[in-house]
Amino acid sequence: MGDLRLMKGNEVIAEAAIRCGCDGYFGYPITPQSEVMETLMLRRPWEETGMVVLQAESEVASINMMFGGASSGKKVMTSSSSPGISLMTEGISYMAGAELPGVIVNVQRGGPGLGTIQPSQADYFQATKGGGHGDYRLIVLAPNSVQEMNDFVDLGFELSFKYRNPALILTDGVIGQMMEKVELSEFKPRLTDKQIEEKYGEWIASGKKPDRERHIKTSLEMVSEVQEKNNERFQAKYRAMEKDEVRFEAIQCDDAEYVIVAYGVSSRISQKAVVLLREQGIKAGLLRPITLFPFPTQKINQLTDKAKGFLSVEMSSGQMIEDVKLAVNGKTKVEHFGRMGGVIATPGEVVDAVKQKLIGG
Amino acid sequence: MTEEIIIAGFGGQGVLSMGKILAYSGIMQNQEVSWFPSYGPEMRGGTANVTVILSDERISSPVLNQFDTAIILNQQSLDKFEDKVKPGGTLLFDPNGIIKEPTRTDIKIYKIDATRIAADNGQPKTFNMIVLGAFLKAKPIVKIENVKKGLEKSLPERHHKMIPMNIEALILGEKELIEVQ
Amino acid sequence: MDELQLADIIKPENKVYGKSKIMTDTPMHYCYGCSHGVVHKLIAEVIEEMNIQEDTIGIAPVGCSVMMYYYLDIDWLQAPHGRAPAVATGYKRTNPKKYVFTYQGDGDLAAIGTAETMHAVNRGENIVMIFINNAIYGMTGGQMAPTTMIGQSTSTSPHGRDVEVNGYPLKITELIAQLPGSAYVTRQSVHTPATVRKCKKAIRKAFENSAKNIGTSFIEVVSTCNSGWKLDPVESNKWMEENMFPFYPLGDIKDSVHDDVEKYSVQKNKK
Repeated sequence: MGDLRLMKGNEVIAEAAIRCGCDGYFGYPITPQSEVMETLMLRRPWEETGMVVLQAESEVASINMMFGGASSGKKVMTSSSSPGISLMTEGISYMAGAELPGVIVNVQRGGPGLGTIQPSQADYFQATKGGGHGDYRLIVLAPNSVQEMNDFVDLGFELSFKYRNPALILTDGVIGQMMEKVELSEFKPRLTDKQIEEKYGEWIASGKKPDRERHIKTSLEMVSEVQEKNNERFQAKYRAMEKDEVRFEAIQCDDAEYVIVAYGVSSRISQKAVVLLREQGIKAGLLRPITLFPFPTQKINQLTDKAKGFLSVEMSSGQMIEDVKLAVNGKTKVEHFGRMGGVIATPGEVVDAVKQKLIGG
Repeated sequence: MTEEIIIAGFGGQGVLSMGKILAYSGIMQNQEVSWFPSYGPEMRGGTANVTVILSDERISSPVLNQFDTAIILNQQSLDKFEDKVKPGGTLLFDPNGIIKEPTRTDIKIYKIDATRIAADNGQPKTFNMIVLGAFLKAKPIVKIENVKKGLEKSLPERHHKMIPMNIEALILGEKELIEVQ
Repeated sequence: MDELQLADIIKPENKVYGKSKIMTDTPMHYCYGCSHGVVHKLIAEVIEEMNIQEDTIGIAPVGCSVMMYYYLDIDWLQAPHGRAPAVATGYKRTNPKKYVFTYQGDGDLAAIGTAETMHAVNRGENIVMIFINNAIYGMTGGQMAPTTMIGQSTSTSPHGRDVEVNGYPLKITELIAQLPGSAYVTRQSVHTPATVRKCKKAIRKAFENSAKNIGTSFIEVVSTCNSGWKLDPVESNKWMEENMFPFYPLGDIKDSVHDDVEKYSVQKNKK
């Protein structure tokens, strides 16, 4: 067994960053995720691995510092919570347009506006449908445990470099603030500049070499026809992600007549609801999307063979339900249950919702 | 075995750290654990609470509406959580500052006068360990030995000299537990 | 004396001036009389003379010089509007051995990007910042800039900049000089051969500074925008001299390293 600890989700993000060989973290404090930077500052990774940690003047600056680091092929990341992510969307759009990798963590809180500081899942649209301007997608990973907060930092970097596209870890105040047992990853050394040049020399701006054209990291293109080609290339990447990167967990779905679809903390609450429903003789199951983009559309569609109804459980007014409906494609009933504004749904409420909205309705 | 616990009181009473020690003790006996605190402005002088779950199986929801045990350290928390103890469950409270005692008849109720005991001993900081000791007497879900191991694992080396004092407070709490019903 | 024939003129040994190798052959999109081209040329010459082409990263802004990467043969990043200092910070912090410079106009550096500008300098990022101040928004068609002069007409101040409505022109360079993180702050122009030579020296010094890790070097170039100003290039130079130089005086504002860290450090507040 590796290094077993009891840690908060936010603290684990920091530790995982150091251990996966991250080159730089740029951030701005905001509840409920400030422990990420606080942990990094206490740990002083610059002495241990050479990783840079910098408190920026704003989220706007943080994401642009990422743009800078990512342009040189460095593994860079930031973390924030909902209002801060809104400020970053400009930079995220530019990174997607310039095809730059990097990991962004959103520990969601209730909105809109300044909203509450309590856990929420109301940023699903922002995360999965673009968020900023222009046609782009992020790779969106949704951890539902402190262990996955550890695992998905490394996975986020791997996918974001594979597709040269930013990856977003979409989590929430519960997973960020809670402590669980976690087995930390082994240390991976940071890549040297030489290794980065060997791996990513084709596209990084690392200084113009005599044997190649200059590299320009930009999202600007003055000729519409060329920009359309760029867009086609981006879309091809998103289609490739949909083909190869869908991740989900299916719990007791094989014989399920009622399927709850939930991610992040809602999937944990719903898992308990499934246990309670099964105790009452109701064949319930849980389909947990691990990647929100790409979404497990095909899997959900397959479940319509047996399922009489789907319940999308999210701490929002109903955002993911739109993707569930597209996946179910009219074959059966799809309902939503959620609490808003930072209120956390309880397993009992989910049980009642299944009974009232799917069975009784 | 699964034990779902809410610990609630004022910020500064050591609510969160008591929960953390309990969670660490669970890890020391190879259990799954989760610890979810109230956070934000609530931490600063207001009420603080933490949900701690220890289980032999993978823990599903870290957020609950019903608890096996409520450990209650002020009146507001008693008002908020008394109704949320499962029938047959346990409520442990410190009578200091309590003006309206619990009225449920379908649960086990215990008292620990930890605020006074800690003050009398001139060690107010051991308050939360006295409460924890009382809880472990009422519900021996973790061994004292594992609490000690948990403290060793969770505290930085320079604080290890404080472990014996905390274990003494734990044992004191076990002794001073009062069964109400 | 025999007159030189064309055949002699083009002989390599008679060559007295050439385009820097760092300049590409792409024709510039700038208007006749614009200052951008001259400043581009100076940066290119400095990079060539210091032999740092492989180690230099330019951060292009949003504004007329957004496509500056067409003209200098180095690796480039093109930043969102106003964010060049943050982009430069991220690059420089993760690649401390590189020479990193931003090139920004007045809208980019002194309006939308004021926060990024001030904080990058305040942190003393070891970068070069080149600030083209032509008192107008050139690219979008001549709108008012934060540095537009009082009474100066632009498309969004057609009756002249009114202090009651728009406040005063922003002397951001003087503000920058106040920050302990700035090591070298200077204001230059490129409208005569003498000022061009001076400006080049300043740029060279700024690039040399960035290898010394002594803080940010900041060069304002008071510039013309004859298209935006609706004047011809000669009139523009004259208008700049008469109207801008009294308010934006040329010369070094700061050339010193802040060393008061000890003096201003407090006792630790936490054990």
